Amino acid sequence: MQPNETISETPQAGFDPNSPVGTFVVALALCLVCSFVVSFAAVALKPLQEKNAKNKMMRNVLIAAGIWENGKHTDADIPQLFQNVSVILWDLPEGETTGSQNTTLNLDDYDQQKAVSTVEGSIAIPTDLDLAGIKKREKVSRVYIVRTADGGIDKLVLPVYGKGLWSTLYGFLAVDASTHESRGITFYKHAETPGLGGEVDNPKWKAHWADAKSPLQLRDAEGNVVLDVTKPGNANQPNEVDGLSGATITSNGVENTIRYWLGKNAFGPMLDQLASGTVPFTLPESGSADSAVDGVSNPEVATPTETATDESSSPTDDEASTPDAASAPANETTN
Amino acid sequence: MASKAKDALFDPVFKRNPIALLVLGICSALAVTTVFDKAVVMAISVTVVTACSSALVSLIRNLIPNSIRIIVEMTVIASMVILVDQLLKAFLPGIADQLSVFVGLIITNCIVMGRAEGFALKNGPWLSFLDGIGNGLGYSVILLFLGAVREIFGSGTLTLPGLGPLTILPLTADGGFYVRNGLMLMPPSAFFLIGLFIWGLRTVYPNQVEKD
Repeated sequence: MQPNETISETPQAGFDPNSPVGTFVVALALCLVCSFVVSFAAVALKPLQEKNAKNKMMRNVLIAAGIWENGKHTDADIPQLFQNVSVILWDLPEGETTGSQNTTLNLDDYDQQKAVSTVEGSIAIPTDLDLAGIKKREKVSRVYIVRTADGGIDKLVLPVYGKGLWSTLYGFLAVDASTHESRGITFYKHAETPGLGGEVDNPKWKAHWADAKSPLQLRDAEGNVVLDVTKPGNANQPNEVDGLSGATITSNGVENTIRYWLGKNAFGPMLDQLASGTVPFTLPESGSADSAVDGVSNPEVATPTETATDESSSPTDDEASTPDAASAPANETTN
Repeated sequence: MASKAKDALFDPVFKRNPIALLVLGICSALAVTTVFDKAVVMAISVTVVTACSSALVSLIRNLIPNSIRIIVEMTVIASMVILVDQLLKAFLPGIADQLSVFVGLIITNCIVMGRAEGFALKNGPWLSFLDGIGNGLGYSVILLFLGAVREIFGSGTLTLPGLGPLTILPLTADGGFYVRNGLMLMPPSAFFLIGLFIWGLRTVYPNQVEKD
């Protein structure tokens, strides 16, 4: 018969689970065992889960930037693919300010998603500016900068989010640093209707946003956001893209999200400066962390070529005002 | 006894299907069946949780004080679900993302509770384990049926785990012939399909028909 049955069929002598004391003892023991199992699993698996979450973010940055090829790349390729991507922290505009590079927070430790839900890390968006319908946003955002082979700035990958029909859509938008054309878009979290609004994930639709032949114009020369997500089939201007059929509200949500995040309350001022030829931020000196490991401490040896870097190895001590940063190739303008 | 084990395992698949006959666990059957591969993972998760929690509850059934037995069952089930959720997040992050909140909701899946209360308290661990697997399979049959029908007619594709979407019916939007059925992507369609499934099942097993 069943091997275990004999064990559990034998009631412990002198122990009555139905007595008041017995009930307490059983409840206590069960709670202790269960809480131990649950907390052990949570603690033991946490590093793996955090790594997955981080890889997911980095993967989506690469997808938006058009670097990631599905089926060809795996998570193991991420550090290598990130070689040409620099990450900075950017103070988004508050009130009259236009935003500037953040030099106080640590790039590795900053949790952008958590910041939105804290009082000190977030700021309310004035209702007349809140196109994306998100009410508040973080004060400091990561900006991913895809570099050209000679160290210049190719495109920016910006974290964006805004309301669709059922949910807030979270994604990344890649923008050409000088022309402000779209270079790609991806959404990594949303709860829109699968098959309708959920088609924001559809590679065919996303391809419109990364089309090199007929690029999608997001902002004009004056810095106005001109993107228009039209009714399906009506897009024929450079600033228009077909909406998703059967998902007008999601399509409008995407348009408004981008209008907000490229507008003056978010990344607009930074993009204006980039377009006019000034680089408003100091790029982390890629590779210096690695060369420091080799004992090379002389900043003068920094070469224009990019060496290995990833988000985690970005040095924190060469942000902004250190003299060697001023001579870094990253500081050159793209124009 | 061998036939009893077999009954515990296979009866719930069609003869005593938890969704079709007992109408338990409907909510997750509506929520996670728009895409086939999600339905597969949900089916496996529920099967594992039902089997393991039934076995555990059965193992301690003579120690469970009668007055708090439902709370004890719930605690065991909740711990199992958290464990499954953590494992999915660590080893299958893509799928954990898609299922998101629904894994946590297995705790409230009536099938799990129903089997613990209705079967595991009166039977041995091995039999309870099989009963859990069997009921999980019964749930899986419906989930996979819903997932396949809803995805094929709603999106024209069938997404097998690990293989990505395969085109079954080319959509007109992509130059094919099939106009997608938007209703299939909405929760009510699952009700209609479960209704049809129950109709089919009760035609085969007329003794499942309730008397007026």
